[in-house]
Amino acid sequence: MPLFVILEHMANGLLVGAYYIVLALGLSLIFSLGGVVNLAHGAFYALGAYLAYEIQQRLGFAGAVTLSPLGVALIGVAIERLFIRRFYREDPGLALLFTFGLAMAAEQSLRLIWGATGLPFGIPEALRGQIFLGDFIYSRYRIAVLVVSAAAVTGCWLLLNKTSFGLVVRAGTRDPEMVRALGIALSPILTAIFALGVGLAALAGVMSAPLAGVHPAMGTEILVAAFVIVVIGGLGSFWGVVWAGLIVGVVRGLTVLFYPPAAEASMYALMVLVLLVRPRGLMGERFERFE
Amino acid sequence: MASGRDDQPRLTRRALLQTAAAGALALGAPTIVRAQPDAIRIGHLTPRTGFLGQLGEYGLNAATLAVDEANAAGGVLGRKVELIAEDSVNPGVAVTKVQKLVERDKVLCLVGEISSASALAIAEQANRYKVAYFNTGANSDELRGKNCNRFMFHVEGCNTMYTKTIGQWQKSKNLIKGAKWYMLTADYAFGHDLFRVSSRFLTENGGTVMANDMVPTNTPDYSAYILKIRQAKPNFVYINLAGADQTSFLKQYKEYSMPFPLAGGVMDTVPFWGAGIDSLSGHWQSLWYHGLTVPAAQAFTKRFSDKHGKPPDNQAWGDYVGVKILLQAMAETKSTEAAKWVQYFEKGASFDILKGRKGSFRDWDHQLLQEMYVVKVKDKKDSKDKWDIFELVQTVPAANESFEVIQPSKQENPCTMA
Repeated sequence: MPLFVILEHMANGLLVGAYYIVLALGLSLIFSLGGVVNLAHGAFYALGAYLAYEIQQRLGFAGAVTLSPLGVALIGVAIERLFIRRFYREDPGLALLFTFGLAMAAEQSLRLIWGATGLPFGIPEALRGQIFLGDFIYSRYRIAVLVVSAAAVTGCWLLLNKTSFGLVVRAGTRDPEMVRALGIALSPILTAIFALGVGLAALAGVMSAPLAGVHPAMGTEILVAAFVIVVIGGLGSFWGVVWAGLIVGVVRGLTVLFYPPAAEASMYALMVLVLLVRPRGLMGERFERFE
Repeated sequence: MASGRDDQPRLTRRALLQTAAAGALALGAPTIVRAQPDAIRIGHLTPRTGFLGQLGEYGLNAATLAVDEANAAGGVLGRKVELIAEDSVNPGVAVTKVQKLVERDKVLCLVGEISSASALAIAEQANRYKVAYFNTGANSDELRGKNCNRFMFHVEGCNTMYTKTIGQWQKSKNLIKGAKWYMLTADYAFGHDLFRVSSRFLTENGGTVMANDMVPTNTPDYSAYILKIRQAKPNFVYINLAGADQTSFLKQYKEYSMPFPLAGGVMDTVPFWGAGIDSLSGHWQSLWYHGLTVPAAQAFTKRFSDKHGKPPDNQAWGDYVGVKILLQAMAETKSTEAAKWVQYFEKGASFDILKGRKGSFRDWDHQLLQEMYVVKVKDKKDSKDKWDIFELVQTVPAANESFEVIQPSKQENPCTMA
């Protein structure tokens, strides 16, 4: 097997990881900063794709990619204020049960509103075609996805590390009592975090729509991958998720090259390996609240 | 103070008797209703969730339409027909649902299924219960071959039929002899069977399988496979994929503008609609298509479209025709016993299957003998709506040829019914 072929698949694997990272990052933020295991994360991903399908018909793909995540984030605000905030002080299992139920209800609602069949969603005209770097071939659209994903990840990092909002968020996870004692209200922060997380999921959904299509089961199918990436990367770590997404993409790409039947299972094998060798994930922090 | 208590109704004996009679009627009513001729119960079992769920929904809609039409015409054997529908998301669930339908709901026969793995499980149960099962969606050759059984009848075409239909066209265009094909195969019963049949046809006609990748079901991303194909530079790419996986592959194949001609071992219209005409190319085989100009087909298309706002696909056709055939068998044999229907079918009863020629079941493997079609993806500018994606190229076999042209021969099909 020529080295070039292996490199080509590794490079492609990095690309494939891009929108998975955006999705997993949203999940990780909601968990580590909000303390909620969001089993409905896939539902927001799917909703993002469906909203994009509707918006695209009137405002084009550019409109869809900006407005759909915003729309879903607003829905996230509503869900957080009406339901999720009741569970912060409770047993974590309750939030998990709620989001599980929400996921099922959401999938059936998508089915009711838009039907059980897949919706056609093509690659936008401007992003069709391929780019050649030497003998490497890249689809223009996937490069665009990479760029958007990188922007989203960078934006999140800046938000969390370079703004006062981010400062409060990080302080609130370390010691919420102290933050409240200092007179800072945490509830709007938590709402914002949940909205940001599901907005990222929706963005991932919009980007994946031209590649894998739009159908009601798309959320449940991708949810496990998101969890696997978060677990491999380490709960509570920002960059862990990014690294994990890239590694999962590369491992999967190489598995397709050498032994395709194991391609989808490869990320689970990777997760088992990581958990055996380093249970907190690649870059996870020890989280007192959950130990 | 005077109170109005004198007006209070007392529990008279008459009131007590009336109440008791009403109570007895309420409790006994079901039994009384059932004293009328029992409804004919048909079990419909198909995946309605999961990667084949899209197809299952069309199938259920069409089966329901067939039952409604039968009831509007007065039922069968003077009895109403009732369809009891279940979701058979995987083979294990299919088995429990069959047991429920036969033991609890007392269905007289089973119709449906799309996944070959589940169909095999259903067939085993049908044989055990001696209940007829009409397979309207599962393509694997083995169901007609080593797993054939007396109580199972196939309305859906088998992998060999699909392969030979497109194969006839490919042969006529000289695309097989000396050609190297790259294959992608869905890693489950259907995919394996289709690969066996399509690679056999290819090698028998002078071509070679240069590579075959086994693709796990529910794979969302095919870029790595497409890169491998690009490296391999085959003469032809042939996909043995199903449902949403086929759609995703087609879209992404177009995304990379790969130059190699493409065809596949199965074509279900619904995933093709889901991909959209922008993502599609090539020549394909079709079991049935709503563009057929046969009057009966047009009438069915209209009835289905009026009811559901979208035209029927091949799965809808299969479930509709399946129900119609079994109701015809019931009416003609004047019996609800599976054994009588088996005799009726094996003697060569023929049916209007909404195609140019009538169909009948082959007596030794119970496959419906029928014509199929080679279709070509239209140019977008010729397409009238999002469902109008094909133009009919030819009917295979041709009107003067035997149906056996596309059927597996006795050497290819080891079916022996006990």
